[in-house]
This record gives sequence, structure tokens and C-alpha cells, in this order.
Amino acid sequence: MTAVAEQTGAWMELFTNQLPAPAWLQPLRDAAFARFVELGFPNTHNEEWRFTNVAPIARTTFAAGRQGVPETKFAKGPVQLVFANGHLLTRPESLPAGLHVGGFADDPAAIAQHLGKHASFAENAFVALNTAMIEDGALVRVASGAVIAEPIEIFYLTTGSAQPIAVHPRALIVVGADAHCTVVERYQGAGDGVYFNNAVTEIIAGDRSVVDHYKIQQETANAFHISTLQVSIGRSATFASHSISLGGALVRNDANATLSAGSDAALNGLYIVNGTQHVDNHTMIDHTMPHGTSHEIYKGILDGKAHAVFNGKIIVRKDAQKTDSKQTNKNLVLSDDAVVDTKPELQIFADDVRCTHGATIGQLDAEALFYLQSRGIGKREARSLLTYAFAQDVVDRIKVQSLRDSLERILFEKFHEHAE
Amino acid sequence: MALLEIKDLHAKVGDREILKGINLTVNAGEVHAIMGPNGSGKSTLAQVLAGRELYVVTGGSVTYLGKDLLEMSPEDRAREGIFLAFQYPVEIPGVSNMYFLKAALNTIRKHHGIDELDAMDFLNLVRDKMQIMKMDQTLLNRPVNTGFSGGEKKRNEIFQMAVLEPKLAVLDETDSGLDIDALRVVSGGVNAMRSPERAMIVVTHYQRLLNEIVPDFVHVLAEGRIVKSGGKELALELEAEGYEALGAYDEPEAVGRV
Ligand SMILES: Nc1ncnc2c1ncn2[C@@H]1O[C@H](COP(=O)(O)OP(=O)(O)OP(=O)(O)O)[C@@H](O)[C@H]1O
Ligand SMILES: [Mg+2]
Repeated sequence: MTAVAEQTGAWMELFTNQLPAPAWLQPLRDAAFARFVELGFPNTHNEEWRFTNVAPIARTTFAAGRQGVPETKFAKGPVQLVFANGHLLTRPESLPAGLHVGGFADDPAAIAQHLGKHASFAENAFVALNTAMIEDGALVRVASGAVIAEPIEIFYLTTGSAQPIAVHPRALIVVGADAHCTVVERYQGAGDGVYFNNAVTEIIAGDRSVVDHYKIQQETANAFHISTLQVSIGRSATFASHSISLGGALVRNDANATLSAGSDAALNGLYIVNGTQHVDNHTMIDHTMPHGTSHEIYKGILDGKAHAVFNGKIIVRKDAQKTDSKQTNKNLVLSDDAVVDTKPELQIFADDVRCTHGATIGQLDAEALFYLQSRGIGKREARSLLTYAFAQDVVDRIKVQSLRDSLERILFEKFHEHAE
Repeated sequence: MALLEIKDLHAKVGDREILKGINLTVNAGEVHAIMGPNGSGKSTLAQVLAGRELYVVTGGSVTYLGKDLLEMSPEDRAREGIFLAFQYPVEIPGVSNMYFLKAALNTIRKHHGIDELDAMDFLNLVRDKMQIMKMDQTLLNRPVNTGFSGGEKKRNEIFQMAVLEPKLAVLDETDSGLDIDALRVVSGGVNAMRSPERAMIVVTHYQRLLNEIVPDFVHVLAEGRIVKSGGKELALELEAEGYEALGAYDEPEAVGRV
């Protein structure tokens, strides 16, 4: 057996043991699995995966996530969809006009039209595997012109136990023209065991729509979390994603956005890692048409022996004149052993564009630390205050008050830990 | 017992010796002015008193209220009543001035076993002090010193002093960067804090500050030593004749930090 076949053998069993798919879905699953078998898991010779070694995932034999009520506690919200180990657990009881939130079985026609059309599995083995394993998923549809004030929350709860499980969360979010909405995706882990969350979210933001997306990742310390966010942004639409990455042993997030004429995209992120955590954020912003604007700010806080990777790709295609694009990655390193690899990747084929990028890796400012201490604030407290301050501008960009509050609490506790 | 007693203090930064045997005694209620050429070590002395680790003490002793000051952490010095108004106050983006000062005051109060102030009480206290300093309220909600003008930064230092009520305040060139009116306001704030329990060390280059904050003693620091001490009239002499006439000037190598 070749290495690839060895890796994919166990997945073959999971693939064939799935519940039968509806007729429209089976061909997609089959094609995706065939591609997954061809690709195999990437190794570090693959430029896209140079700094992220997924061997721990490839080596592990996973079982499918079982149905059941998870141990995880979560705040209940009015518009909420909850998945437990990949199975739809609860759905909203009532919905405002113009909004549908549910599972894939609710609207096969809508799903068939979009599913897998945006997040390509041609080159990404994890997207291929996710697509091959689709049983159910989160479906969010916002009718054209609808303005949904209440945030739409999707919780993915996963419980690790003695037998490692793999879950492939999938979400399809289709926002009509001129509609406004906010979607919060929350990945929350529980239990001591190893588990693997392999998520794919596709967002289609209609022309002139305004879409805010938040991803809060709080997997357990033993979890593998691989995710792809693929967004297609319509003409003159405004899209913003904020990815907050806190948990997981091995984390890779791909956030990809394709812009149309006059679209505005923001991809922001905050990652906070400690111990031997590894977090890799790859972003790709693809300007295909003129007058698009994009802004990116990713900030990282590293402690212990943590390793963070940031790779920000910006493509400005030939027709995308008057593009204005800005990318920033800032890292705060609190220990001697933490490592950051950061790289901008600009591919510009148009001539009348503005693209700026910058990356920094730094430590806490000794002068600021002393200033705080000289006013009586203890060293630990001063360190945590400055660490918090570093993250502040990303937190401030979060428009959902309850989310910002809960994040502030989480960060406050985390930085107190880190400052010790 | 003297409030502060500095004996033969030596300090270096890197492998360069900057303080070369400072002797100075400060009693409660006194105001001492320290003058001296650029680069003579005035800020170094101030920072050493506040506990900046960058400056390594290589000899001598500093006793504060009978305790070995050099053994104490910067935060403990502050909690015990030492306050340094920085020559170059640090900008701290992301930390609000209000949050910072409330945290500082409450840590100090806690240290002395006094109840911490809640947000309301703190705001009331701060309002009074801001009025004295004629400081714009909005500065309180902005990040510490961030984007403050030179004068606003200096005002913010004295405002902090007014809130924290130290026993020993070291003011490092608080007058530099202040316009004439601001100088008067800030000096007024400092004078309002003069008391028999409190001492101040005022580092300055200019007589105009000492016209407002009249010192009990004036010292000239040159080449890391106090080369001359006297009453307030010494400052006038210096103003008229310069340091050179006193034989107190630094070797060119040591002059000025840009
Ligand atoms: N961090 C440092 N690294 C290197 N040299 C330093 C450092 N801090 C101070 N020095 C040097 O020590 C000497 C004394 O500096 P200090 O700031 O104490 O002078 P000063 O008397 O306060 O001068 P000024 O009147 O210009 O404020 C100067 O020559 C300065 O360049
Ligand atoms: Mg100085």
C-alpha cells in the first residue's frame, strides 16, 4: 500500500458507512472522495502547508461522531442552530420574516444550487474530505432585501472521548441582494479525548448585501481543527469576517474571499496560543473586478512553545483596476520559545491599484511595562493589561455587543493566566 | 529619620557608568531642585529611584523611610509613596487613562488597607483634580498618553501625581514643553501638593519653573556627581553665569541625548 492509500483506507470505511445521500448529493460526495483519495493529506513539501504538519491527523484513526446531547454548556440565543458531534440538535422555534435557518434537508433545491460550488475541493484535501462526508449541515437563507437584526448563531459542539472522532461541519449561508445579516459560528469542544473538526463554510453575499461573519473557535487542547471559509461577495456588497482562534492543538484556518465590482471585504483575526498549540491562518482575497476594497488585520498573541503561521494572499486580477487593499499581521510574543512565520503573498496583474502590507513580531514594550509598574500596578497585572491592549483593536471591531462582552471576559481570564 | 537618603550611589547602563557617587538627603516637607547639563545623569537618577531595571546600581545605597529602596520592585516603591513624573511619558495604546489610573489608585489603596474606590467615587475624585490641572475630561477616556501633545503629557503626569498623592515625587523636567499658561497651571498643581509630609525632587533646566515652585535646596549634577549645593539663590547664579563658570560641565562625549 502506498502512504496515501494507507491514510485514506480508514476514511474509505467511514465514507462507505455513511447514511445514504439523496440523489442530488451522492455524485458530489463521490467526486469529492475520489479527489481526496488522489490528493491524500498534504505534507510540508506542499508550499501551502509548509509550516503546518498535519501528520498527527493523518496518523489517527477516527470514528464517526455519535449522536447525543453534548456535555458542553452554551448560552441560548433566539436564532440559534446547534450541532452536536455533527448532528443537528436544536433549531430556532420562530424566525423573523425573510430568514430561514435549518438543516440541509429543509431545502434541497437551494442547497443543490450552491453547495460545493464555492469551496473547491480540487486542490484542498480537507475540503474534499468534508464534502465527501456531508450528511447534514447548517443552512441559512436570507431573502433579498431582508434586514435581520438578531445575530444568527451556529454552534458546533464536539465532545472528545477515548475513541477519537471526526466531524465535518458544513454550513451554507446564502444572503440575497440588499439583505443585511450577522452570522456567528462558534466551535466549542468538551471532554478529554482527541477529536477532529474539519469544517467548511460557504457564504454567498448577494449584490449590495451587508454581511458580518464571526467565527469563535474554542476547541479543547486535544482537538484538531481545520476549516475553510469560502465567500463570494456580490457587486457593491460589504462583507466582514472576524476569526477568533483560541483553542485546539493543531489549527488551520483558510479564509478566502472573492470580490466583485465595488465589493468591500474585511478579513480580521485574533489568535491566542500557548503551550504547544499550533495555529495557521491562511487568507486569500481575490479581486476580480474594478473598485474593490479589502482590509485585513490579523493579530496574534503567543506564549510557551506555541507556533503561529500567517499567510495572506492577495490577488488583483487584470480587470480589477482601482483596487485598494491593505493587510496587516501583528504578533506579540510573550515567551522565548514561541515561533511566528508570517508571509504576505501579493499577485498583482492590474496596474492602477493600491496594495499595502506589513507584518510585525514583537514583545511587550519594556518602557510601557515600567510606566505601569511605576504607578503601583504589579508586574503580572501590567503584563496582562498590555497584552489585552494589544488585542483591543480587533475586539473593538466586533459589532455584536454580547459577543464582544463574552470575548472580553475570556481574554481577560486568558491574559491573567499568560501573565503568570 | 530622613525620607530619602542616597549615599555614594553608582549606576551604569550597559558598561557605561553614569552615576558616579551621588549623595543626597531629602526630608519630608522639602523641595529639592536638581539642575545640571544635558547628559549629566539627572534622569538616570530619577529612573533609578523609581526602579527602572535598565539602570544597574553598582554601588552605594538608597534608604527610603528606613528601608532599602534598591531591594524593592518598582510597583512596591510606588505603593510606598514614590512617584516619578517622566521626562518622556510613555504612550500606551489600548489602555484607557481612566482604567489605568483607577487600577493604580486602587492597588495603592489596597496596599495600605484602604477600601478600593468604585467607578463613581473615583470619577468624583478625578473630576476635582482635573479641575485644578485645567485638564480636558476627554483625555481621561483616551488611551494613556496616546496622541497627547507634549504639554498634555506633562499635565497628565502631574494630574496622576495629584490623584495618587505620593510621599516623594520626582518631577523630571515637567516644565519642558509647557507653554507659559500651562507652566503656571502645572506649578499651581504642584504647589497645592506641597505639605509637611511630602517631599519633592524637581529636575529642571530653567529658573522660570523655580520662580513658581520655589525650592528649599538647589543641587548641580554634573558628570554623575552633585558638584554644588545651595539655597534657591544658587539657581539664579547658574542662570546668570552658566554651568561652566562653576566648573561643572560634562565631557563632550556625555552631552545630550537627541
Ligand atoms: N538607555 C540608555 N542607553 C545608553 N545610554 C543612556 C541610556 N540612558 C541614558 N544614557 C546616557 O546616560 C547619560 C545620562 O543621561 P540622562 O538621561 O540621565 O541625562 P540628563 O541629565 O537627564 O540629561 P537631559 O538634561 O538632557 O535630560 C547620557 O549620556 C545618556 O546618553
Ligand atoms: Mg533628563
